[in-house]
Amino acid sequence: MKISSHLPVALLGAIVVLFQVLMSATGTDYLLIQLTMSAYYALVVLGLCLLMGYAGQISMGHAAFFALGGYTAAVLSTNNLTQLFSAGVLEWLVQKGLIILSTDAYGAAAYRAPAWLSLGTAVLITVAVSFAIGIPVLRLKGHYLAMATLGFGTILYRIFLGTRIFGEADGISAVRPCEILPGLFVGGDPSQRVFNYYFAWILLIGALVLLLNLVRSRVGRALRAIHGSEEAAGAMGIDTARYKLNIFVISAVFAALGGYFMTHFNGGIGPSEAGIMKSVRYVAIVAVGGMANLWGCLLMGVVLNFLSLRGYFGSYDDAVFGALLIIIMALAPEGIFRKESISRIKELTRRLSWPFWK
Amino acid sequence: MAFLEIKNLSRSFGGLRAVENVSFNVEKGLIKAVIGPNGAGKTTLFNLVAGALEPHSGDVIFKGRSIYGLPTHRIAWRGISRTYQNIKLFNDMTVLENIMVGRHRKSRAGFLRAMVPLPGTRREERESAEKAAGFASLLGLSDVLDARAGGLDFGRQRAVEFARALASEPELLLLDEPAAGLNIHETLELADLIRKIRDMGITVLLIEHDMSLVMDISDEIAVLSYGVKIAEGPPKDIQKNPEVISVYLGDDNA
Ligand SMILES: Nc1ncnc2c1ncn2[C@@H]1O[C@H](COP(=O)(O)OP(=O)(O)OP(=O)(O)O)[C@@H](O)[C@H]1O
Ligand SMILES: [Mg+2]
Repeated sequence: MKISSHLPVALLGAIVVLFQVLMSATGTDYLLIQLTMSAYYALVVLGLCLLMGYAGQISMGHAAFFALGGYTAAVLSTNNLTQLFSAGVLEWLVQKGLIILSTDAYGAAAYRAPAWLSLGTAVLITVAVSFAIGIPVLRLKGHYLAMATLGFGTILYRIFLGTRIFGEADGISAVRPCEILPGLFVGGDPSQRVFNYYFAWILLIGALVLLLNLVRSRVGRALRAIHGSEEAAGAMGIDTARYKLNIFVISAVFAALGGYFMTHFNGGIGPSEAGIMKSVRYVAIVAVGGMANLWGCLLMGVVLNFLSLRGYFGSYDDAVFGALLIIIMALAPEGIFRKESISRIKELTRRLSWPFWK
Repeated sequence: MAFLEIKNLSRSFGGLRAVENVSFNVEKGLIKAVIGPNGAGKTTLFNLVAGALEPHSGDVIFKGRSIYGLPTHRIAWRGISRTYQNIKLFNDMTVLENIMVGRHRKSRAGFLRAMVPLPGTRREERESAEKAAGFASLLGLSDVLDARAGGLDFGRQRAVEFARALASEPELLLLDEPAAGLNIHETLELADLIRKIRDMGITVLLIEHDMSLVMDISDEIAVLSYGVKIAEGPPKDIQKNPEVISVYLGDDNA
């Protein structure tokens, strides 16, 4: 790889460190909490950017994949396990080392899965579900994936909302921190705040590097070729359906990872994370950042989620993202980080503001 | 057993019989042309061989195995490449990238290796680029490697498509009207190139309206008219064939 591709990543890393140092020094390190959460949401956006920009497919169910990861984390790390398994099975699992037995704050027995197992389960479930949705749908040309994922998202939302083990409308709280290294936890404890910030950002930047490599490779060329002419891509030996499927699965796994760690960080998850409005939000952010523009999507994923988490959009939160989607589609379908889009937006603001400063 | 056997191939669109019970063989290492007036079914025949159209009846045997009804990409992996009558380039990619897509079958890096490129993957990537540049120079494209393919003039776009097809190192190359839109000089160069390709051991099946080119380079010719094969043989026999002459006299393409 050329240095030119490493430099922006290194720069981003430096900015991430700078933010932490500044915020810790000025006593504004509570902002790190929202920056951590924004990074997890941006992970979802990054995966969706890959799907929309490089496979030409839209998922209206990425919030559901996020929630799939989140609820897996939640169920497997709370006492909900006693609802899943009988006492005998639990004991057997404890013996096999698959379940950890400890005591909760009140001294009662608490069962939870070790981090590697719950993370592995979250990924496996997501892979299985995304394959199951993608295989029949991605054989067809056109935007059937959007509809299939919309259906999937709606169903999953209803399941989370209506099932006791998922906490129904309240969701699941008291999710335990997830131990990454001895003494370092993904969780809400203030003493772990800086670690959590760096963990989330390393995850996000790592994902960015993987995807930047991917789109520059033989696989990336194949994906762009499919975009250019599906027929000619096939004639060059590219299995177009399989490539789209793999992208969809990778994209879903990214979303699930975001949900998994976010749930540990927040100590809980609720059904609204799986809702359609959340999925629309992710699509809107990708539209603003630019399809097939990983950097743009990362930036907008962090910035817009940060603003939303800080409450800048007030009670219009969902409406802001809906409106953004409409405005972008009308004005800058390539995203805002394009010369054409920028000049079009400039032109419009010039015309709109003209009568005021005349 | 012939290299490529087209057996009783039929394909209709609604009531229109575009290809009707056509059979012929293509021998390894030869240049075979398919000619016929507009709408004779030549492109349809290619699409059936390359898997771009769902088959109706008949069979296509390549190197002793049926490829009829296989998806396009699997037919490509068997060793068949093609160009299109209406150029189908990856417009937003560069010339080099277009030709590198042609190297798809000759490289291996999958999703995992692409995301975490180890030295082996980078070497493969470099080799792909070098080979692709080699095919570009064969087609006289060395000065536009980094140009956007969609922005090139027509003749150069044809050349890119040709290079892309060659880059996959096919055993059988299907060329659909490669001389369309080329001037006399370019057409002569094309004739040399096609002969050179045959001498490299690649079997060529081409559709062409330029009769002097066809008669010049083909080892054998099959003639289609209204979806039916009306003649087959070496160029000198085809030129004398009364049925072929009558078909062409009633047509502007003679
Ligand atoms: N996808 C299609 N749907 C409907 N009709 C088609 C389709 N493809 C071809 N045809 C019809 O089938 C007939 C044969 O077309 P084809 O393109 O194979 O002819 P051709 O010999 O390649 O002609 P040309 O020399 O003009 O390229 C024509 O009448 C054409 O209109
Ligand atoms: Mg044709």
